[in-house]
Amino acid sequence: MAAAPAADTRLDELVCCPVCDALHELGEVPADTRMRCVRCGTVIAVDRPEAIRRIVVLAATALVLMTIVVFYPFLELRTGMFVSRASVFDTVMSFAQGIMAPLSIAVAIFVIVLPVARLGLLIWALGPLSVEREPWPGAAFALRWAETLKPWAMAEIFMVGVAVALVKLADLATLSMGPAFWSFTAIVVITAIKDTQMSKHSIWSALDRARKS
Amino acid sequence: MVGAGSGTEKLKAWTARDAGLVGCRHCTRVSPIGTETCPRCGGGLTSRDPTSLQRVWAWAVVGLLFYIPANLYPMLITSTLGRPQEATIVGGVIELAQYGAWGVAAIVFFASVMIPVGKFIAIGYLAWIVRKPHGHSPKQLLHLFEVVEWIGRWSMIDVFVVAILVALVQFDLLATINPGIAAVCFALSVVFTMLSALSFDSRALWDQIETLADE
Repeated sequence: MAAAPAADTRLDELVCCPVCDALHELGEVPADTRMRCVRCGTVIAVDRPEAIRRIVVLAATALVLMTIVVFYPFLELRTGMFVSRASVFDTVMSFAQGIMAPLSIAVAIFVIVLPVARLGLLIWALGPLSVEREPWPGAAFALRWAETLKPWAMAEIFMVGVAVALVKLADLATLSMGPAFWSFTAIVVITAIKDTQMSKHSIWSALDRARKS
Repeated sequence: MVGAGSGTEKLKAWTARDAGLVGCRHCTRVSPIGTETCPRCGGGLTSRDPTSLQRVWAWAVVGLLFYIPANLYPMLITSTLGRPQEATIVGGVIELAQYGAWGVAAIVFFASVMIPVGKFIAIGYLAWIVRKPHGHSPKQLLHLFEVVEWIGRWSMIDVFVVAILVALVQFDLLATINPGIAAVCFALSVVFTMLSALSFDSRALWDQIETLADE
């Protein structure tokens, strides 16, 4: 509940809404309950005991699939005797010449580097917690950056781009999707499921508790 | 949905600032006001960011400046049997519609024209209205802001489409596709408008409502 903090209330028990700054005093969050901000309705805490393990498992799966994405063909195009194959890496390099080079770097960062970095940071921050160990050094730093980078990791947007490109090319040539295409689709779905498991307050207090013990 | 937020909904609430505290926007922990880094997550703390609106406007203006050449210059240069053909963003949409691919034409039109233009208007409106007491429901403004923040990244679709086409269509004599300068301008415009939305401090939506209620 929003309440004026009594003098004896410890700061640890207060939670502020990151969206509107309303102050809440949360005790123990009952299992499978969603706590929303009294004022703006933002979800502040979700207690799902399995959440952290689930996040780590999903992130690890996505990270393994990512290796397939980078090294295997993504799309294949045939017209008569001509065959052209593109991996995600080729797509990234497609702007590499001349003044377009910075765009190549940007696409690489949005589609490969940041999604991989986010997965790696989450595993670093929450991996030890999921098996009830002490967190590794820099866990807080890793978790904070994993969240900060979220809007810039655009794997799912890339997939919609692929769909649009497929339609544009549909009557020019015969297209087939390679293994990388299907792994990438899986990564997008897994990442979306993983992000629904995240609640700032719950994850940060779990990390806090693990650091103190 | 049981818990703190069920039932009553109110505009006024005891905020971290009222309590002489500063809340961390990364991890929700509160610290005494004046603390500069959060003891839990190490993130920077500001109770209210006085430069927020300046940055919103600055990034939005730069984004708008890049959006103009993005529409005037070609996005894709297609050469079929040696004859180059240039297509702008809107030209590409019209071409798709002529194929009869209405759904995809709509997606591209939405991502490359509607979203950027709508975003400039929405951001400008929000940044304008929060400066002084306003009689609007902050919840609705928040929804508008959340939509703007969430949808902005989807404009990148068009840049990725260009990248994929360029990588894939390289049958030297038959057909090649090359990126046009508009692709760079458009990508920059998307990045700057995203920075503009990220600079906006959503807490400002409530601050002036409170002053209004106090009067």
